[in-house]
Amino acid sequence: MAIESALGESVVLTRTDKVLGWARKYSLFLYPFVTACCGMEYMATAASHYDIDRFGAGLPRFSPRQADVLFVVGTISHKQAPILKRVWEQMCEPKWVVAFGGCTCSGGPYDNYATVQGIDTIVPVDVYIPGCPPRPETVLDGIMKLQEKIQNQKQEL
Amino acid sequence: MEESLTLKKLRERFPASIIDTHSFRGDDTAVVKRVDVVDICRFLKESPDLSYNFLMDLTAVDYLQMNNPPKTERFEVVYHLYSIKYNHRVRIKAPLTEADPTIDSLTPLWAVANWLERECWDMFGIRFDGHPDLKRILLYEQFEGHPLRKDYPLTGRQPLIGPKN
Ligand code: SF4
Repeated sequence: MAIESALGESVVLTRTDKVLGWARKYSLFLYPFVTACCGMEYMATAASHYDIDRFGAGLPRFSPRQADVLFVVGTISHKQAPILKRVWEQMCEPKWVVAFGGCTCSGGPYDNYATVQGIDTIVPVDVYIPGCPPRPETVLDGIMKLQEKIQNQKQEL
Repeated sequence: MEESLTLKKLRERFPASIIDTHSFRGDDTAVVKRVDVVDICRFLKESPDLSYNFLMDLTAVDYLQMNNPPKTERFEVVYHLYSIKYNHRVRIKAPLTEADPTIDSLTPLWAVANWLERECWDMFGIRFDGHPDLKRILLYEQFEGHPLRKDYPLTGRQPLIGPKN
């Protein structure tokens, strides 16, 4: 007889990896690194109509030391690149990076002297959300993809 | 069409320094010699019946490879003045040569000229004599060259970190 039936409904059996992944994916503390127009769409997503709190990502932290997910929202210029790198370095593990919008994915519409051609040249990116700017639905899809990734990865303690 | 009061007064007061004037749909433009630009702007600002008290914009144009009509001077600094009192505007242009892209600073007349001239230096490499602190305003100190000059490569990236991509 399986041990579950002996214990009834008072106990849930799982694996550490799974339960940590479950806890981490529903308590995402975002650090919004907002530099440009995509910021408006980030705000639209975060506000009550789309409500990213449903995904456990409702509380942005404005200190990298308290954040798990670096949300890079908007155009990154070469002048700003060292700042972005430093913010990422200040975040504690485990940490993830989301590239929000065309500018962060690839430089977007700007192929010029000033713009970094994709933030993945500076920091490692977990999820790319395309669009100029992405619609809130796309952002929510990106957050769900990130959650899936967090759930399935090896959980470091 | 009758010449506007501003252009008429400018011609009367600075006959030797006005190179050209034109008006298009109520917008007056005067092309002037660069040595007199501060005097002209002071006159426009301080004459009671003109009273151009607001420097709206200060920028430059690079006419490199501009052949139609051909330009003898490569750069032009462009000032947009506005009178809050009379609700009229005038555009002042001052041509500068490639060999000596220098012009006097307007900071004694308008404090806002400080940042506008720094931007102009940053983007076009035009020097403003008498500016209290002429350094880059948008780009970083390590940047070489002036990106809005026509001979600066479009994708001439100078990253501080990361690959040049
Ligand atoms: S991707 Fe488009 S909307 Fe977003 S920051 Fe870049 S230009 Fe602005």
